Amino acid sequence: MNSKPVPTELLTPGADGRFGEFGGRFVPETLVPACEELERAFNDAWNDSLFRTELDDLLREYAGRPSILTECHNLGAQLGIRLILKREDLNHTGSHKINSVLGQALLAKRMGKKRIIAETGAGQHGVASATAAALLGLECKVYMGAVDVERQSLNVFRMKLLGATVEAANSGSRTLKDAVNEAMRDWVASVETSYYCIGSVMGPHPYPFMVRQFQSVIGKEARKQFQEMCDGADPNVVVACVGGGSNAMGIFSGFVDAKTRLVGVEPAGGAAVGRGTPGVVHGMKSYLMQDEYGQVQEAHSISAGLDYPGVGPEHSYLASVGRAEYPSVNDQEVIEGFKLLARTEGIIPALECAHAVAWIAKEAPKIQGQTVLMNLSGRGDKDVAQMMTILGDQLD
Amino acid sequence: MKIATHSPGVLETHLRKTRGVGRKILVPYITGGLTGWIDAIRGAVANGADAIEIGIPFSDPVMDGPIIQMASEKALRDGATPISILQELRTVDVAVPLIVMCYYNTVFRAGHDRFANTLRDSGVVAAIVPDLPLEESAQWASAAEKSQIETVMLAAPTAPDERLPRVVDRARGFVYAVGLLGVTGERTELAVTAVAMATRLKKITDVPVLVGVGVSNAEQAVQACTVADGVIQGASVVRRLLEDGADAVAEYVAEVRAAIDSPIASKR
Ligand SMILES: Cc1ncc(COP(=O)(O)O)c(C=O)c1O
Repeated sequence: MNSKPVPTELLTPGADGRFGEFGGRFVPETLVPACEELERAFNDAWNDSLFRTELDDLLREYAGRPSILTECHNLGAQLGIRLILKREDLNHTGSHKINSVLGQALLAKRMGKKRIIAETGAGQHGVASATAAALLGLECKVYMGAVDVERQSLNVFRMKLLGATVEAANSGSRTLKDAVNEAMRDWVASVETSYYCIGSVMGPHPYPFMVRQFQSVIGKEARKQFQEMCDGADPNVVVACVGGGSNAMGIFSGFVDAKTRLVGVEPAGGAAVGRGTPGVVHGMKSYLMQDEYGQVQEAHSISAGLDYPGVGPEHSYLASVGRAEYPSVNDQEVIEGFKLLARTEGIIPALECAHAVAWIAKEAPKIQGQTVLMNLSGRGDKDVAQMMTILGDQLD
Repeated sequence: MKIATHSPGVLETHLRKTRGVGRKILVPYITGGLTGWIDAIRGAVANGADAIEIGIPFSDPVMDGPIIQMASEKALRDGATPISILQELRTVDVAVPLIVMCYYNTVFRAGHDRFANTLRDSGVVAAIVPDLPLEESAQWASAAEKSQIETVMLAAPTAPDERLPRVVDRARGFVYAVGLLGVTGERTELAVTAVAMATRLKKITDVPVLVGVGVSNAEQAVQACTVADGVIQGASVVRRLLEDGADAVAEYVAEVRAAIDSPIASKR
């Protein structure tokens, strides 16, 4: 790794949008002015106390923040650790995505945009976007890979109920990566009237930075709540699943300056940091699963929300300087993690966060007696139909 | 208008000369590795193309609409790689400059210097990298320059007046005027932005200005050429190659050539 001291605070990227060597703004010329405009608008809004108050009010009175911490006494005892969950699953719409979407939708309105575009994998970001659009009176178009439309049909219906238009992306691997492509193509054509509401800490600058700032509420709350719960101590380990990496950046942001181990769990079939190499796609330079010619490889994961061959650039940076680690777990371990949390704690996790559960269960022998804070980024209702097909009568 | 201070390379010299004799510039785009692509290049050149743009297929072409996406996927499925395409290109002996269009990850993955050298060794004289905007282009541009590869810059309708001169300053070969807000693909009419864009660019540069993206037939090419020095035609060419093969491309190029050569077209 690197001999330089490990950073103890998060970077604020400069005009070049870089986190170390990662990030940037690799977009068609058509979109450059829009990214610049967004950067100015976000900085302006973020420093405007009226905007911040409006956002905080929405997060409190609409999304239900602050989300609570729940200690897993049963599973913790079983694993020999102290396990505490940050309950982003209890937010309105069922995941952390609402934190960033409310911020972005307010910003879109402030910028005078009437329409938002979003991509979605598991459908949680699409649902959150459709929700915010309904609330704030915006038109909403969601792109979703055709494979995901199939396996997350419940969320497709929810988006439609909320008044959004859902379009299946039929190109490439027909999953999240291709939904992003379609959303970007829409944006290239509609940039003057539409706001691209991106679903994670990815894309061209300022998106990775902006989405992190909107999600940092998770880490800020969690640090304080954890200290209150644990006599002022910080957790030994903070764990979150990583697709694009927004829920992980959200919780990591509260602990970068602590002596806490930061762990981002990737799916084995989409381990961008774990098995990728630096590349450029979707507007950013970051670790990427690609072949020797730079063709982006298809990810394969049981969880639609993590079925992505790239990762947000700040995670690439944190990995490259050794501040965070990015192990992966396979689909079978995820299924076990999914059942484990349900059976021991009465909480059905989203398949995405079942990755974090799976890693904790596997790592437990090595971290006996330690305190572990896991970001439970979403609830599993959306995955129940898919798990019914996979588990079938095994449950009887 | 600003007179360019860089010394023009092979492509720009050729295009300036073409413009100088009062001929409008026609550049067909052909997806590399697609069945019949080499014959399509030969046919296009024989029928009046002034340069050829060869697309290196990429897995995630965000600037491309359905036709070129389909062509890229097909070429990739058939095993095309940047290397195989450039190798095959060496065997094509045509008298017009060859330009490569590729997404930035293809360049980045190969390494800037290595990619620029490979292009040069394959007889390519210029490159268009549609997802490498001005602010990110310095490293590639200097590697390209070392290998005498001219980097064509795109100018988009969204660029404020303040930005255009900076884009044009970096442009070598020609300036690619993006004809519309959107991705490649055929449209029933030429967008009003096409001529507007060409007009804005012609006012500030003497580097050749070619309109591309959404120039979908002979009539639209004529319209764009009322102001622009020429056109790039992509989806309408690639669709013909996909549907009817290389001969259809040759025929189409001949048709567009005749249209933009006609006296009405050259009347300003
Ligand atoms: C519950 C949940 N967690 C995590 C993710 C992955 O996104 P990110 O890595 O940006 O948090 C998703 C995406 O759909 C999700 O629905």
